[in-house]
Amino acid sequence: MFRRTGRAAAVVLALALVAVACGDDSTTTTTGAGTGTTSAALAGTLDGAGATFPAPIYLEWIGQYQAENPDVLVNYQSIGSGGGVTNFIGQTVDFGASDAFLTEDELTQASANGTVYHIPMVFGAVVPAYNLPGIEGLTLDCDALTGIFMGDITTWNDPAIAALNAGVDLPDQAIQVVHRSDGSGTTNTFTLYLDLCNAAWSAAVGHGKTVEWPVGVGGEGNEGVSAAIAQSVGSIGYVELAYAVQSGLSTTAMVNKSGNAIEASLASTSAAAEGVVFPDDLRFTLVNTDAPQGWPISSATWILAYGNMDPDKAVLLRSFLTWALTEGDATAESLDYAPIPDLLQQKALAFVDLIGNS
Amino acid sequence: MTVETPSHPSAEQRRTLVDRPRRRGDRFFRRGTVIASSTVLLLLGLMVVTTALSSWSVFASQGIGGFLFGMRWVPAEGIFGALPFVYGTLVTAVIAIVVGVPIAVLIALYLSEIAPRGVARRVSYLVDLLAAIPSVVYAMWGVFVFVPVVLKPVQDFLARYLGWSKVFEGPVFGLSYLSVGLVLSIMIVPIVSAVCREVFATVPQAEREAALAVGATRWEMIRLAVLPRSRSGIVGAVMLGLGRALGETIVAAVLIGSQVDIHASVLQPGYTMAAVIANQFAEADSSQVRALLGLSVVLFVITIAVNVIARLIVARSSGAIRKVGG
Repeated sequence: MFRRTGRAAAVVLALALVAVACGDDSTTTTTGAGTGTTSAALAGTLDGAGATFPAPIYLEWIGQYQAENPDVLVNYQSIGSGGGVTNFIGQTVDFGASDAFLTEDELTQASANGTVYHIPMVFGAVVPAYNLPGIEGLTLDCDALTGIFMGDITTWNDPAIAALNAGVDLPDQAIQVVHRSDGSGTTNTFTLYLDLCNAAWSAAVGHGKTVEWPVGVGGEGNEGVSAAIAQSVGSIGYVELAYAVQSGLSTTAMVNKSGNAIEASLASTSAAAEGVVFPDDLRFTLVNTDAPQGWPISSATWILAYGNMDPDKAVLLRSFLTWALTEGDATAESLDYAPIPDLLQQKALAFVDLIGNS
Repeated sequence: MTVETPSHPSAEQRRTLVDRPRRRGDRFFRRGTVIASSTVLLLLGLMVVTTALSSWSVFASQGIGGFLFGMRWVPAEGIFGALPFVYGTLVTAVIAIVVGVPIAVLIALYLSEIAPRGVARRVSYLVDLLAAIPSVVYAMWGVFVFVPVVLKPVQDFLARYLGWSKVFEGPVFGLSYLSVGLVLSIMIVPIVSAVCREVFATVPQAEREAALAVGATRWEMIRLAVLPRSRSGIVGAVMLGLGRALGETIVAAVLIGSQVDIHASVLQPGYTMAAVIANQFAEADSSQVRALLGLSVVLFVITIAVNVIARLIVARSSGAIRKVGG
């Protein structure tokens, strides 16, 4: 009986300790009011999901924004553009993110929930990367690149490549093509370029996040493609510019629609938007741009939001997006993302104002 | 003189006095275990049924034969053919078995027959540690270390000297059926050798001693006394390893080269069912998701079949040995 009493006492004691520990929470809440220049302290949670390409810059922006607004919690899950669109249409997230604007079908589905706004945030670029030790600064054009990825051009010293690279001693090395094995916005952008600039590719393959590649092996993610390229001399693949810069792969220059050989950089990515007339719904593509100094495989990445968003959450989203568009440029450049030009920024901000108000 | 007999409770008294305190506990225990077991079975059944139902439209649109034997996988056009994936899954699993099982059986024989007990204990522990390494670590190690440093040179060698045969035809890229099969063989060694060790341990010592007594060498003793009795047990172990190899996802996704095609040469890249599901489900739209679920059903059926066969064989072999051993 003594043992039973002792055990009961131990249980009561344990419960009491747990209660005391839980009870402490009430003294640790912070109000955080008055720390920023915001007129009223913003508070709440936002959930977003989508593209992996801009995830690094979104997460960085979220961190900085939350430092200024401690009571706001923004969750971003980088599950891929496809997942972002699906969740946006299904309204399981507050905002979506995608490297590709909604297709007509997707737009119809989403518009059933409310007016859809595409808000471009940053530009990115896809660059061909290759492995030929000792040979830097190759130049390719649309037809040569298409020929390689279709398997028509099989060695590096092919006349089509040599014609663009006078003076470079190209080896008689077999070309190994590397593409993405996972469905990705990067693939969508790259294949869209080949689709727009080459009729044979358009007929045979088309574009999409996943396509039926004529030749080549698949790597998982930018890292997998990069590892595959690094392992085999003579490989060529495509990766995001930010990734190529950070991993030190050799990249090719591309001859764009205007006939200029352009190196991929933040400057040439932003230049791809020069002179572009943006449609009213901001669903545009920079791929195969007419801009004379623009990199031909540039793309925008969008945040998707509904006009009839819940007012409390809309306040938070408007605040976050306005902050990112007006104050996030320096951070974007430091992470190798190209900021959008002023004209586009104004249109984007106009759309941001309509979130929750239409 | 009357002797006082000790009072044995009657059957009725026993039921009320002795059983009552235990009855409630027993009931809870029995109910708890029944609930746990049925939950597991229900979950398994639910998984198979809901996956099959969700993917039904892809079987309807492609036809069951069209889906199982189709060669092209083009989500953008709504074409879904699973044959390259089924082929790749089977080829990599076969390579894993062909390379991994002999090694595992030899390890098990060494540990059970030849090694001194202390060595056997320590080496068994190390071999079992291989099973504790997460598959994603195998995949990362494979793609960044094992393939570039070891497997690609090996495959270059095979292509150069055996490239005349269809099975080892180049060009070699590094990511291939063979790379996946070899990493999988490392991963199945712990399972297969552990089961084989158990099986060898059930061979009665008397049989071993009998063989030695009539003058057999150690190898002959193993061949005469141990292996024949263990045959079905080894087959069961092989089936378990096969089940693991068929379902391995991340290693295949990273090392297979992701090419939707069928190649006779094991040095060429290909694709497996688990790899394509892992690679494509995140960005898939609804019809592609249904097609991937269809692949899951096929993989489910193959894996369950292999596991069921394995358990039946292992149960039969240990039952048979127990019966013979008396």
